[in-house]
Amino acid sequence: MVENKRIDEPTGTQTVGHEWDGIEELNTPLPRWWLLTFYACILWAIGYVIFFPAIPMLHGATKGITGWSSHGQLEASMNAEAKRRAPITAAIAATPIEQLLANDKLKQAAIEGGRAAFKVHCVQCHGSGATGSKGYPNLNDDDWLWGGDIATIHYTITHGVRNPDHNETRFSQMPAFAGVLTPAEISSVVSFVRTISGQQQPNAASARGATLFAANCSQCHGPEGKGGRQFGAPNLTDAIWLYGGDRATITQTVMKSRFGVMPRWNNRLDPVTIKMLAAYVHSLGGGEAAPSAPAANVKP
Amino acid sequence: MSNLEGLIDPGSPLYERRKGVYPKAVDGFFRRLKWAAMAVTLTIYYVTPWLRWDRGPYAPDQAVLVDLAHRRFYMFAIEIWPHEFYYVAGLLVMAGIGLFLVTSAVGRAWCGYACPQTVWTDLFQHVERAIDGDRNAQIRLAHSPWGLEKIAKRVAKHAIWIIIGALTGGAWIFYFADAPTLMRHFMAGDAPFVAYSTVAILTATTYIFGGLMREQVCIYMCPWPRIQTAMLDEKSLVVTYKDWRGEPRTHGVKKAADEGLKTGDCIDCTQCVQVCPTGIDIREGPQIGCITCALCIDACDKVMAQIGRPRGLIDYCTLDDAAIEKAGGTPKPVLKTLFRPRTLAYLSIWSAIGLAMLFSLGARTRLDLSVQQDRNPIYVQLSDGSIRNNYTIKVRNMEARPRKVVLKVSGLSDARMWTQDGGRASASDEVEVTVDPDSVLKVRLFVAAPSKGPERQPFEISAQAAGTNEKGDSDTTQFERPEHEEDEE
Repeated sequence: MVENKRIDEPTGTQTVGHEWDGIEELNTPLPRWWLLTFYACILWAIGYVIFFPAIPMLHGATKGITGWSSHGQLEASMNAEAKRRAPITAAIAATPIEQLLANDKLKQAAIEGGRAAFKVHCVQCHGSGATGSKGYPNLNDDDWLWGGDIATIHYTITHGVRNPDHNETRFSQMPAFAGVLTPAEISSVVSFVRTISGQQQPNAASARGATLFAANCSQCHGPEGKGGRQFGAPNLTDAIWLYGGDRATITQTVMKSRFGVMPRWNNRLDPVTIKMLAAYVHSLGGGEAAPSAPAANVKP
Repeated sequence: MSNLEGLIDPGSPLYERRKGVYPKAVDGFFRRLKWAAMAVTLTIYYVTPWLRWDRGPYAPDQAVLVDLAHRRFYMFAIEIWPHEFYYVAGLLVMAGIGLFLVTSAVGRAWCGYACPQTVWTDLFQHVERAIDGDRNAQIRLAHSPWGLEKIAKRVAKHAIWIIIGALTGGAWIFYFADAPTLMRHFMAGDAPFVAYSTVAILTATTYIFGGLMREQVCIYMCPWPRIQTAMLDEKSLVVTYKDWRGEPRTHGVKKAADEGLKTGDCIDCTQCVQVCPTGIDIREGPQIGCITCALCIDACDKVMAQIGRPRGLIDYCTLDDAAIEKAGGTPKPVLKTLFRPRTLAYLSIWSAIGLAMLFSLGARTRLDLSVQQDRNPIYVQLSDGSIRNNYTIKVRNMEARPRKVVLKVSGLSDARMWTQDGGRASASDEVEVTVDPDSVLKVRLFVAAPSKGPERQPFEISAQAAGTNEKGDSDTTQFERPEHEEDEE
């Protein structure tokens, strides 16, 4: 290295002593602490390699003496979260379902927990917005087959509907009237049902249907067709249809009957989650106060 | 460069040790200005968190508080919520434009008088003088061998610096929590970890920046010296050595005059260099290291008075004036250069933002409503044939007292609404909710309306404090109905 340092005339600064094609460089020295800070950073990095996972290996990486890992950190924060939730989970477990909604804090926690659990376990049939679809009840509305107060919802979720292997399940079965009534009679009954649900004007057929209805259907659906929750019999006079309220669908229902099934959850979910689900479903807008009374027809 | 040695060796000529700067004490107009600025800024900094301000039982009674946990910012009568962060942004914009204004008018006055780095460095230098003596004594001490006296002085000095640093960091945390409470916890040792770590970090930075690095921060770390070059123009005041008056520097003025040599007013006493806190020589012209603290002006004026020359050999002066003076003219009056289009433009923007913020602070409602229609489901068919839509409502009660708020529906005929708590039995065209003091109530609102009507109907939900005529807030949203199927038989 040829050293030919000289003082540059205009600036009064020394050159660093080398040149390329006549271009020289002035030596404006960096502060020394700058370099020392750089060395401190190198030491810091060495510390990193010693304390933390750093060097990639064939399988994984060096562990570092602190034993820290991002998985471990996640686990720790999950545990911390579980610990943070423990009191409220315990409180929900200890609270009878009927009183769950009385405590605002518990209620909120239960609804949020239920919202999460619903997304995992229930949306497959009831839909992500709990709106159901043909044959799967909409849980947002005010129409309940078995009852809409939180304890009843809780029972339904716990034991399911028409579970073949579970004797506490909600059970009822509508007969298939295909061989019992003639097609003409069934047609009359359908006319009557469409009349009481306000979908068509009364006529001769519906008048015939009324008699048939009283003889064959009113045991479960009630003399006025308002349904009965002890059998999960739908209210036939309202605007909500589980399978559909058009002629063809009602005809099919009467001829072949329906047999909707919901699994029971007490063998799959823990009691707290089931309580949370009940609170969530109850919060969707159709929840009723206990004890369940048939919803009064409020004029909007 | 193949000579790596030089690059990695801290002792090589490519790197430079910090030269000790031992500023001499000085007295004069600008020094007194600096004392005043220091007193004001430090008082504001240390006293503010301890000021109390009564906001009733539901809000903290600290005048200035940044409540990160609850996301509130309190400043005397003003309370700012996170969604009103634009006020803070506005303050920052004002601070920025204020800097432009000050810089274009009086140069780097911020650097010289008000910057925390300057203020604390100044404070640390006074401590240093109190213990080690003035400049000459400091230099002697620095070069003297280690002995009992030197050790004692060094220990005392650094201990006081660290104490000042701790007080500085300590004052900082009181802006973020109730000061007396935090003080008790802090002393008892059960304050949150973040309080201790903040104090530790700020103690370290104050000690290192104010005690050990000082002018290095200004020269190598701070962007402001670079930015200011873009802000200064020919009419900005900068500290100027009037070389046309001072050159050639003459030691023996009388002797030189006798010999018929040309003499300048500068007698090369280097007082201006000795008092400079960044250790530069202002006679070399404007430079990045000059923070325009004007202490050299004070020092030089004293010397000029002693040798019977007019003051202002080193003085605040604009580039334009310097040219005029050089040519022998009289400079423009300072007021004229202060109020010129550029500064007036900055000033008007600055005040416009300030006034706009004050106006909007005065006009803002402390009740705020936002309505979001639930998209899943969009509508729900009810058994009586009517249609229900669900809305998630957020009512912000920005006053420090619980309030009953009435929500009303308008523009949707025969609408009925209810909340989950009330249940459908309570359905009517208005709903009353109670909102906790200074908090947000999130509530689901169910609105039912007859199925006859447009498929998508805009309507309004309004919120007003119950039983008052206060201006409330409202939000427009939609009511959706299913597509109409006409299936009359």
